[in-house]
Amino acid sequence: MDLSYGEELESFRKEVQAFLADNWPPKDDGNRDDQTRAFRRKATEAGYLNRHIPKQYGGAEQPPDSMKGAVISEEFTKARAPMEPRGIGTMMLVPTLLERGEDWMKEKWVQATIEGDVTWCQGYSEPGSGSDLASLKTKGELVDGEWVINGQKIWTSSAMEADFMFCLVRTEPDAAKHAGISYLLIDMKQPGIDVRPLKQMTGSSEFNEVFFNDVKTPEDWIVGNRGEGWLVSRTTLKHERNGIGAAGQVVNLFNGLVKLAKEKKIDGKPAIEDASIRRGLAELEGYVKSHQYSGFLQMTKDLKGESAGVIQLMNKVNSTNMGNMVAKLAMEILGDDGVAAPDGRGIVGLASGAGDVDGLWTSQYMSSLGVAIAGGTANIQKNVIAERGFGLPRDAAAQRSK
Amino acid sequence: MDFDLSEEQQLLQETVGQFIENECPMARLRELFDDDSGYDPVLWKGLVEMGLAGIHLPADFGGSELEILDLAVVAETLGEHAAPVPFLGHALATESINRAGNDEQRARMLPSLASGEHLASVAFAEDGGVWLPEQWTLAAPSGTTGAISGTKEIVEFGEQADYFVVGLAGGRMAVVDRNAAGVEIQRYEGADRTRRLAIVTFENAECEVLENSDLETAGRVRDVGLVLIAADAFGGARKLVDMSVEYAKSREQFGVTIGHFQALKHQLADMAIDIEPARALYWFAAHALDHVPDEAVRTAAIAKSHLCDRYSRIARDATEAHGGIGYTWEGDTQIWFKRAMQNRVFLGTPRLHRDRAADLAGW
Ligand SMILES: Cc1cc2nc3c(=O)[nH]c(=O)nc-3n(C[C@H](O)[C@H](O)[C@H](O)COP(=O)(O)OP(=O)(O)OC[C@H]3O[C@@H](n4cnc5c(N)ncnc54)[C@H](O)[C@@H]3O)c2cc1C
Repeated sequence: MDLSYGEELESFRKEVQAFLADNWPPKDDGNRDDQTRAFRRKATEAGYLNRHIPKQYGGAEQPPDSMKGAVISEEFTKARAPMEPRGIGTMMLVPTLLERGEDWMKEKWVQATIEGDVTWCQGYSEPGSGSDLASLKTKGELVDGEWVINGQKIWTSSAMEADFMFCLVRTEPDAAKHAGISYLLIDMKQPGIDVRPLKQMTGSSEFNEVFFNDVKTPEDWIVGNRGEGWLVSRTTLKHERNGIGAAGQVVNLFNGLVKLAKEKKIDGKPAIEDASIRRGLAELEGYVKSHQYSGFLQMTKDLKGESAGVIQLMNKVNSTNMGNMVAKLAMEILGDDGVAAPDGRGIVGLASGAGDVDGLWTSQYMSSLGVAIAGGTANIQKNVIAERGFGLPRDAAAQRSK
Repeated sequence: MDFDLSEEQQLLQETVGQFIENECPMARLRELFDDDSGYDPVLWKGLVEMGLAGIHLPADFGGSELEILDLAVVAETLGEHAAPVPFLGHALATESINRAGNDEQRARMLPSLASGEHLASVAFAEDGGVWLPEQWTLAAPSGTTGAISGTKEIVEFGEQADYFVVGLAGGRMAVVDRNAAGVEIQRYEGADRTRRLAIVTFENAECEVLENSDLETAGRVRDVGLVLIAADAFGGARKLVDMSVEYAKSREQFGVTIGHFQALKHQLADMAIDIEPARALYWFAAHALDHVPDEAVRTAAIAKSHLCDRYSRIARDATEAHGGIGYTWEGDTQIWFKRAMQNRVFLGTPRLHRDRAADLAGW
């Protein structure tokens, strides 16, 4: 076991540090957005951002190296320099196009997406099809060289702002459930699309209902072949899973909680001096550290080209569990202040580690639930662990409806 | 970065596991569990021949100079098989002598312990949950030799050990020969019959104080112990998950194997989610003892608390997953269930070490 980064990586770290010293923060005071954009482009040219994307599509085209990736992310975080824009487009659509898309699609969308010029939303869930996604009904018919789409999507995050949607649509009505679906790309700024925001329990409106009324998309805006949409979406989910459960977020969240416990009072004393809070934090730290070091283990296995086994299936439900534990303990610490309305800023601790606003923590208390539901509920994750991880038989009902 | 076991460590783990599987299959383990003799000398002798009695000791004294992580992966394997051998006490006693003895004491005492000719154990606990070096009360003699008086509890394999390393006031540690006058050893019926217990009373018993013993060296021994127990807990908990999954694949009710039922599937998944990531926690804790001193003490405390709690939970769930047979003496899960009980207490409960971890963080 060797937790050092080794000489080669340490000299790589120095390169990254030198690059950042020269380029971030920008010396002149221009428009912040333009500066960020220019910085990202430079960092990509230097090979630090968009590493897995070919040069012709605006990436750095570096060989995969998760250790270098870790060094870059450590140094960029330290310098508070922007990494790639996080978003469903960069995290899910771009990898899917690179793996399964036509060349013209890559040319048209990859660079524009990673540079933040176009944004995407994910149209999978429908009112009747959440966990049982393959039962989806939104219909796509090929009429005179165009797909004509009718139906409804729901819980679509960021559909309000998005330029395009990657969407699962039933195009082969006579085929079996999983074989009748295609993966279509849709321009969101066209007549026939009606986006209605849904208000979340936190008070903010990040997700929406999307209604399609004779919405059109060109025949060739399909990723993979007709009827292969389910397989294509699995590719995407693989990338989504890889993105979820990163330990850094959990560690930040935990640190934010410790900070909260130092600031808040219980019975006139800092909450952190309360025996049950101290033990609660120490217990939680056992989970947080387990998750953190398991990240090291998974990275090592990845570097060696080995599988980390069943633990890989657990990352999402693990971080879900920890989000819940953090939220519960935060409410213990807040005491009466736990009646505050959430302030809608989403998950605390991720960027700022701030813990001084009650509303931010009630927001965390609620939004930790969103994580437990989105991208496949914890129950579904447990099915996957039991069925794929342990080899237990598939659920009888799920079996029948296949 | 390479956060994984080395090939040698994997081989060590496999070799030990294979040996126990051959020497002490379930039927033999059951026999020993029900027998009064305490442990299997043949099994222990075989492990000693593999070098396990002195794995971490200097080569000059017959050891193999391996790291705490090596000791820990062995502990995991022993935990997995619920091996009825006096490994833990012996490892901690030899670590005490190696860390706290002067050169002459080490040269005199360690070779016969490293070779397994003699067996040692630690006598640390006192009545009322006293485990920590700073709480030990038995008065230490002023010189290197002298007499001690007092009672120590929860001494693993106290009836079988030739020597005890005894915890004294101020973190001092002394070695006592079991045959010395004034040493009384009394069997204690512990639930875990894979690691038998005794109460040892010293009445003006002659001892030899380890010259360099102090709170720091005693703390090191405590931390090694915490990590070894965490490792044992991981091995045991993992084994219980595997046993439960196997059972779910074979036991039939309502005309199908019970693994069809989602409530049980989720129970099994929850057990695995609870324990699987904790392997990396005990690895890091063991690694830190040799290589990351700044983090070693706190991580050992957290690892011990975390893994012992996880093991207890999984032991209950696994037993429940086995239905009625799980609740019988005849069922297998009870053996690990009881090992989890002993792990929880030995060297201090999760609550004790969480409080320490909080103090150490300056909370
Ligand atoms: C914050 C947020 C953002 C989202 N963003 C998007 C998005 O951008 N695009 C998109 O397409 N979707 C999005 N979703 C939708 C999300 O993917 C679905 O909500 C999720 O898959 C669950 O589906 P459902 O809501 O229909 O719940 P249901 O499937 O109706 O589930 C209800 C309950 O039944 C349980 N259940 C269902 N089936 C089983 C089973 N087989 N075994 C055990 N339990 C079961 C579930 O675990 C859950 O507890 C988002 C959701 C949230 C909360």
